[in-house]
Amino acid sequence: MKATVTVMLKSGVLDPQGEAVKAALGAMGFAGVQGVRQGKVIELDLAPGTTQADVTAMCEKLLANTVIESYRVEMA
Amino acid sequence: MRAAVLVFPGSNCDRDLAVAFRAAGFETHMVWHKDSALPEGIDVVGVPGGFSFGDYLRCGAIAAQAPIMRAVGVHAARGGYVLGVCNGFQVLCETRLLPGVLMRNAGLKFMCRQQGLVVATTDSAFTAAYTPGQRITVPIAHHDGNYAADAETLARLQGEDRIAFRYIDNPNGAMADIAGILSANRRVLGLMPHPERAMEPAQGGSDGAVLLRGLAEALVAA
Repeated sequence: MKATVTVMLKSGVLDPQGEAVKAALGAMGFAGVQGVRQGKVIELDLAPGTTQADVTAMCEKLLANTVIESYRVEMA
Repeated sequence: MRAAVLVFPGSNCDRDLAVAFRAAGFETHMVWHKDSALPEGIDVVGVPGGFSFGDYLRCGAIAAQAPIMRAVGVHAARGGYVLGVCNGFQVLCETRLLPGVLMRNAGLKFMCRQQGLVVATTDSAFTAAYTPGQRITVPIAHHDGNYAADAETLARLQGEDRIAFRYIDNPNGAMADIAGILSANRRVLGLMPHPERAMEPAQGGSDGAVLLRGLAEALVAA
């Protein structure tokens, strides 16, 4: 069992790294980019019996800072 | 007066902070992050600067889960003093002993310079020895010092006079020019500037010494 956790800054929180990437893309001549948000993907290799609720608890306690970040859990 | 300085893998201001505490008159103990208890009779816990756990995941996030932080939470809950400097401020935010979060500097650059600050409140043991509105200079050295919080938290910090220091010429984009904040009971201070690097003229200034000596005086008077 694997879980994929995607952590992104909440909308409305300024993402300076995303802004820098957007500026760089523009400078390279890629005209079609209206916005860039940078986040992170965390892959968890889970032991049998580990549930989505367990992964959610991991997100709340460590993997995301819910003051500024949202997260999404996909189990596969 | 007894101070504890926490040591995490990647802390690099821990010994400087201990030297500063001792210069201010504290008997100072180094405490490893895997310890689950503080030494007896600790008045103030120093959470030092550095790059605890390599700043992996988020600055301070992994250190916030270290065994010693539970003891620090108990210490704070019973009214003990806690001083978090730089990475220590990030750790205190991640443990939720202080509200908000320190994000990547708005200019994306690591900022290392002498920084002008305004003492925004003198209503705390940490800042009582300054004069209200005093302008001081204390070094900063950080990549993630851009303080952010939701509007409600920001309003509460301002309404409760819990902003301890504000930047002059904001170096990192921090909301409301916040360089340091206090807890609701005013006994936990987190700040990005390094008072332990401004203890004597040989370091380029001694404005940081006022903070630690003031704290020592407040503890003696208590």
